[in-house]
Amino acid sequence: MKDFIIPNDKSFDEKDMGTPARTGKPVHLTIDGAEVTVPAGTSVMRAAAEAGLDIPKLCATDSLEAFGSCRLCVVEIEGRRGTPASCTTPVHDGMVVHTQSDKVRKIRKGVMELYISDHPLDCLTCSANGDCELQDMAGAVGLRDMRYETGENHYSPSLAGMLSKSDRRAQAPEGEANPQYLPCDESNPYFTYDPSKCIVCNRCVRACEEVQGTFALTIEGRGFDSRVSAGTGLDDFLSSDCVSCGACVQACPTATLQEKSVAEMGTPTRSVVTTCAYCGVGCSFKAELQGDQLVRMVPWKHGKANRGHSCVKGRFAYGYADHPDRILSPMIRDSIDEPWREVGWQEALSFAAGKMRGLQEKYGQKSIGVITSSRCTNEETYLVQKLARAVFGNNNTDTCARVCHSPTGYGLGQTFGTSAGTQDFDSVEQTDVIIVIGANPTDAHPVFGSRMKKRLRDGAKLIVIDPRKIDLVKSAHIAANHHLPLRPGTNVAVVSALAHVIVTEGLADEAYIRERCDWDEYLAYAEFISEDRHSPEETQALTGVPAEELRAAARTFATGGNGAIYYGLGVTEHSQGSTTVMGIANLAMLTGNVGRPGVGVNPLRGQNNVQGSCDMGSFPHELPGYRHVKGEEVRDIFQKTWGVEIDPEPGLRIPNMLDAAVDGTFKGLYCQGEDILQSDPDTKHVSAGLAAMECVIVHDLFLNETANYAHVFLPGSTFLEKDGTFTNAERRINRVREVMAPKADYADWEVTQLLANAMGANWSYTHPSEIMAEIALTTPSFAGVTYDVLEEKGSVQWPCNEEHPDGTPLMHVDGFVRGKGRFIVTEYVATEEKTGPRFPLLLTTGRILSQYNVGAQTRRTDNSIWHDEDVLEIHPHDAEVRGLTDGQWVRLASRSGETSLRAKVSDRMSPGVVYTTFHHPDTQANVITTDFSDWATNCPEYKVTAVQVSLSNGPTDWQEEYNAQAERSRRILPAAE
Amino acid sequence: MSPEKLVMMANQIATFFKTQPGDDAPQKVAAHLNDFWEPRMRAQFFAHVDAGGEGLDPLVLRAAEHVKRPATA
Repeated sequence: MKDFIIPNDKSFDEKDMGTPARTGKPVHLTIDGAEVTVPAGTSVMRAAAEAGLDIPKLCATDSLEAFGSCRLCVVEIEGRRGTPASCTTPVHDGMVVHTQSDKVRKIRKGVMELYISDHPLDCLTCSANGDCELQDMAGAVGLRDMRYETGENHYSPSLAGMLSKSDRRAQAPEGEANPQYLPCDESNPYFTYDPSKCIVCNRCVRACEEVQGTFALTIEGRGFDSRVSAGTGLDDFLSSDCVSCGACVQACPTATLQEKSVAEMGTPTRSVVTTCAYCGVGCSFKAELQGDQLVRMVPWKHGKANRGHSCVKGRFAYGYADHPDRILSPMIRDSIDEPWREVGWQEALSFAAGKMRGLQEKYGQKSIGVITSSRCTNEETYLVQKLARAVFGNNNTDTCARVCHSPTGYGLGQTFGTSAGTQDFDSVEQTDVIIVIGANPTDAHPVFGSRMKKRLRDGAKLIVIDPRKIDLVKSAHIAANHHLPLRPGTNVAVVSALAHVIVTEGLADEAYIRERCDWDEYLAYAEFISEDRHSPEETQALTGVPAEELRAAARTFATGGNGAIYYGLGVTEHSQGSTTVMGIANLAMLTGNVGRPGVGVNPLRGQNNVQGSCDMGSFPHELPGYRHVKGEEVRDIFQKTWGVEIDPEPGLRIPNMLDAAVDGTFKGLYCQGEDILQSDPDTKHVSAGLAAMECVIVHDLFLNETANYAHVFLPGSTFLEKDGTFTNAERRINRVREVMAPKADYADWEVTQLLANAMGANWSYTHPSEIMAEIALTTPSFAGVTYDVLEEKGSVQWPCNEEHPDGTPLMHVDGFVRGKGRFIVTEYVATEEKTGPRFPLLLTTGRILSQYNVGAQTRRTDNSIWHDEDVLEIHPHDAEVRGLTDGQWVRLASRSGETSLRAKVSDRMSPGVVYTTFHHPDTQANVITTDFSDWATNCPEYKVTAVQVSLSNGPTDWQEEYNAQAERSRRILPAAE
Repeated sequence: MSPEKLVMMANQIATFFKTQPGDDAPQKVAAHLNDFWEPRMRAQFFAHVDAGGEGLDPLVLRAAEHVKRPATA
């Protein structure tokens, strides 16, 4: 079995190079006698670092553009006067640099002396002791004394002397208070801001601007009065615009901005590179530890998805792994009315296996099934679908992508020939016009959202198609060129109207279409889309989007250069989700925007491994690699590998499983890492389906809502406790590495194997790398993927095989995977869900930055400080006519059910549209949503529910009954002695 | 699954394919049902069709002859 491995290739060097890398033509220079060749535009500081020569620095770091304020990095350059800052001086051919001389040494020592004169000398008790660049630089420049007398300073609470607050000698009640001293800001749950240690290097402010793009921080005052400030003088970090991404903490060279966990536990002593388990961006992190205790998560600068950035979830919200709610012992019960009974693994697995086999004997081979998890690894997901196909003997496997991106799989498969996004995240840096439709990247995919904002600040144009004024519509230094606030449910009409303008105004890229697409299908499509009924003027009454604005947006997209479309669940979770995906593909092909950097169709995946779980054959009609089970040749591959017969018929999708359960023909479910009772639509129908089953096995970290109806609970492992891979939204396969041993003894893949073997299988995987070897053996797009390749390259994007040994950052470069790109007619069809006198408003649901999905993880962290309950956003007009004010309890009712929650009056909403999240089980927002679904895939229509909102006194009877049932269901008997 | 839901789902599929060019809409509807509907769903479908197919779009009824009857209901 492999041990922890951190890539140790030179290209993964952790060294801070001082300034960002450049990509210009080679420039040759000499530094301290060494010949150096670097790209044009590189700074002298970075060139020196490339040559292994470290120039002292404080305000420079390679994640930020050079600033040139600290003057510690001065050098001498032959033929040039003075001592220029090496961070802001670009190299040129023939340059001769001296980084060490009496003159620069004297300057540096003097600079350091000035810095230290206003800095507490409490290094031994400082939380950054051993991890402080100021400390390092003092050593590097040979600072041995400090000539300045104690005087006006920022570090001493009193005017008694130069002692810091943490020095006991400073606690003597002498002297009057120091007016320059500001106490530590501890308002943020994860990090502190201690102004007494600040050297005003601006790194935090620049990180907030350049990397995160929030512009929450600034430098207040001038000269000696300069201080870092979050927002206005009245704000602390928590009340400011800070989104707690951690970029400022990472950039800080001292203990001024410091993780509380480091202050409490001390500096880490080892680290393991792994992949975040939250959203589909798939950020790489260094898990930094002391022994097996996690001290902090730091974004890994070589992570190709995140490029060293992070968000509040991945950076800080890992505390759920140690939360007391975690269940670490297997549990069983005969009936959901009974309390749980803790048992050993063997008893639990025998019980589960016996129940499932018994159900098959009694009700038939197809009476049981599985749900795989997009929060689990590729290897784990592969095993769960294999459990269904090879051990249960049926194709009853589905995954949470059913309720999010299944229309992406269908729509892009039909048009382009493959079920995935076309680009890598880096591609956005070459985009000229961005369409964001039905997605909210700054909340749901924050690290990519920051990269998108950076490109927008650099001049790209933006079209937002969304009923809400999401942050991208207008925020600091960002403003959408066009916001099309469509009525929920009219995506197809809006996308078709955009295409109508492009075709009828002669803006289509005919040369591209003739070369890359099926011309006859295009002609049929062009005829269809040119009909007047698709024009913006004809559709505006339906969509609510002003015709002129839509026309202008279409022209911008078609004529603005590289155009890229990014979309999310606001596209897919509709009755016409698949049709809209096809419409988006049509738009991209019409404008020649597929097959090169800066363009493409980019589904932003909700959960970390949605892409991977789909790739791994989680859907009931497809084997791994998106190959239909009806294909004999495909089945043969797996039949030979697995030694079993595979059913050629498709299995049940999640909604069909629940329907069949209510009908009495589906009786048993193994559900790994999903909480369908909270996340799936029409909660009452889901609970009826679960209640009708005779054996529900929940394999999870916590007793989630689904577990209220479970008979077996198998404790899960967090992403920190196992090896494997995740595949992110750009098809990037990233390693997940075991950071600590599984707290419940087994990683999830081992539990699935134990269950399979308890049911008669004979699996013998000893490490997830062996599962990946089987995936590579059976799945052409993964044929070149091995753990060794991933160690060597850091990550690869599929397809990775003999033809593409380094992976495939961009799809469809030389032609579409299916051959010719296929235009598909996209007729708008109104949803069956209608507003009317009883339910006059439209509800749409989504997520926010600090919480994730059903909240099982983030609710068990301090992230709840930002969002401790779901609220209903409602437009001021809709609130006023109902007599509602901000913060009041309201009753939210639909044809499916009702719940109560607090109102938040917000002009982010369009009139007639309300919005809420589904992060909290107390609200159970999905009791409101219906079971209408996408015509092609059964993806639920979460985004359109007709509702009424009225005043309420508090929780509904249903909520109270639900909570009582949940409490009863979670009773646990102590283990037998 | 209730007959009403089954009818609605089948009609949704027909509504899409009837907008597509060509004269093979019944085959396309049937192919979709064969590819994505589990046998017991198709069994329910045939039970409803055999009982007169109330509420089903005429295109669905035309597609029925191309839908695979499950080996076991």
